[in-house]
Amino acid sequence: MPQSPARPPAHLAVATLRERIRRFEGGAARARAVLPFGVAAIDGRLPGGGLALGCLHEMAGGGNGAVDGAAAALFAAGIAARTTGKVLWCVTRQDLFAPALAQAGLRADRVIHAEAGDEKDLLACFEEGLRHGGLGAVVAEVSRLPMTASRRLQLAAESSGTIGLAVRRWRRPAEAAGYAQPTASVTRWRISMLPSAPLPVPGVGRARWRLELVRCRAGETAVFEVEACDVEGRIAVPAEVAHGPLQEEGRGRSAAA
Amino acid sequence: MPVARAQALVPGLVIADADPHGDAAGLHRLALWASQRFSPVVAADPPDGLVIDTTGADHLHGGEPAMLEALVGRLAASGVEARAAVADTWGAAHAAARFAIRPSGPTILVVPPGRTAPFLRGLPVAALRLEPDLVEGLRTLGLERIGELMDRPRAPLALRFGPMPALRLDQALGAVAEPVDPVRSPDPVEARRVFGEPIAAAETIARNIGKLVAALCAGLAQRGLGARRLDLVFQRVDGTPQNVRVGTARPVRDPARLTRLLCEKIDTVDPGHGIEVMTLTAIVAEPLAASQTVSPLAEETEPDISGLIDVLANRVGAHRLYRFAPVASEVPERSVARVPPLAPAADDGASGWRADWPRPPRLLSPPEPIETMALLPDHPPVWFAWRGVRRRVRRADGPERIHAEWWKRDAELTAVRDYFRVEDEAGGRYWIYRAGDGEHAETGSQRWFLHGIFA
Repeated sequence: MPQSPARPPAHLAVATLRERIRRFEGGAARARAVLPFGVAAIDGRLPGGGLALGCLHEMAGGGNGAVDGAAAALFAAGIAARTTGKVLWCVTRQDLFAPALAQAGLRADRVIHAEAGDEKDLLACFEEGLRHGGLGAVVAEVSRLPMTASRRLQLAAESSGTIGLAVRRWRRPAEAAGYAQPTASVTRWRISMLPSAPLPVPGVGRARWRLELVRCRAGETAVFEVEACDVEGRIAVPAEVAHGPLQEEGRGRSAAA
Repeated sequence: MPVARAQALVPGLVIADADPHGDAAGLHRLALWASQRFSPVVAADPPDGLVIDTTGADHLHGGEPAMLEALVGRLAASGVEARAAVADTWGAAHAAARFAIRPSGPTILVVPPGRTAPFLRGLPVAALRLEPDLVEGLRTLGLERIGELMDRPRAPLALRFGPMPALRLDQALGAVAEPVDPVRSPDPVEARRVFGEPIAAAETIARNIGKLVAALCAGLAQRGLGARRLDLVFQRVDGTPQNVRVGTARPVRDPARLTRLLCEKIDTVDPGHGIEVMTLTAIVAEPLAASQTVSPLAEETEPDISGLIDVLANRVGAHRLYRFAPVASEVPERSVARVPPLAPAADDGASGWRADWPRPPRLLSPPEPIETMALLPDHPPVWFAWRGVRRRVRRADGPERIHAEWWKRDAELTAVRDYFRVEDEAGGRYWIYRAGDGEHAETGSQRWFLHGIFA
């Protein structure tokens, strides 16, 4: 009986399969640059160990944040602050407060704001900014992102290597169900507000978010509890309060009384 | 007289350096302006005047006095004090404007046609545009008025003073012609294509735009200019023009960029039955010298985004593209200002926003009123109701007192706002304020508003 050829070990088989799939995905199979969060728990879940540059990422607020989009905007600002180069921020209605972006590490002289008249112009500006290639990041506050538009944006981001952040916000909470529609973005996040870090004195501590990785291409979903961006735009995992039990959470008294 | 003596005579004298080049350039610009409004033949009459040949142009303004009134009035509206006179010749008008108009009377003078000689008789000799030493010499001889000069025989004067007095006198009386050499505004750079067969297809238009832009850029390169604003005019078969206008933030001479800006606007053009003529003009062009780019091996340079700014500005409008810059003001809604996107960053790092007090990413404009219950004067609210939802306050920070700017309006003389950062049970964080300090009625209405939403 002829001896059957030795079967290759399992991990080699998986590696060759991965190589073939990567070649099928088309384009240059170059190693994509990533922007790590600096938090091991989150970076471990993302393929490549961080947010892929040259891709489209989406983020939206949970609950009331779907309408005001404050946490999602600050999350996007923290990511953009850690890129290099100018940032283009496209909106249809302008209600950003620039000092807050500066406090998240995104200096005002780095950001160029564009106010488009309607969604079509907004997506066109988003695509122009991604295609240019000279910007560090492009952020756009969109409410409707159809699949074809998101595919164009993803291709534009891949061609230039600029990271594209789509902050989704809607006019009414009922429309927020539109976040369930599929798009071509590589990761999708939902940021909900949590009570802030407890302080030993009355007052509001560092803000905390529930960060949900709702969709990740070539990865799994996850939920994290993080502390909001600091002056450099980095988020952090809250440290356990080690000493003593927390005091009773009574009514907040002013710290300066 | 020396400056020191003048300062001693008049206390508080304002002194500025003389700028003859700037003055000449300003006079040239004024001549260009007048040539567009009053008559095409305008020249600068240095050091402080213009000469305008209004032959055949005065009836358009309603007669000579009305024309002079309009001219002086337009200049006065721009803050320029002027005197104007019209006469048969340049010399007579020059003399009339400078020596015949009294400071207290009307600022215009019309010398009746044919009455130049009697009019000039009474004016001083300096009105003849002669050199100061010539004027001195004539006065030494006792010739004070032009009339005395006119009665004298010419030959001895010419022997003593040269040909100028006689020449100027003849020019003023009209015996010798003195044409005005008009200022010419430089023609804008233009490129034009005429089609034997009218075109209508978008690809054909785009291709011809490319050829026009190439020709225009060659013309701009020859003059060392870069285009800032382009007008593309399509002349249709039925005679109606359609036009497209694009602008750039910096002077540009790159054919690819300009072609792209123009081709994006092809959809707005309706070719009708066909386009016969396409004309591309660079209406606003600025000098664009070749500059040496920094080698990327030597220094880190920021990528050039002016092309992106141009494309976005032509799509959404130039006023909708901006950067935020800090303004030295404590009041939150006044502390940001919009600047053009390519403006240089302010160098002084001290003029940034405060980093110690946290600020919300979303600011409501205008602030929305809320209902609250709070212990006055320094305590944050116990609960507040916003947009119909009642929220209980779990934690709060504050008050941060912001005083209004008393120098802006009288109503803000004593107004203050006490800002609180509150967090409700679900974790939502808001920026609310009370208009007033809670104790004194003149500091505000003591009503509560929600100004921003924190992350």
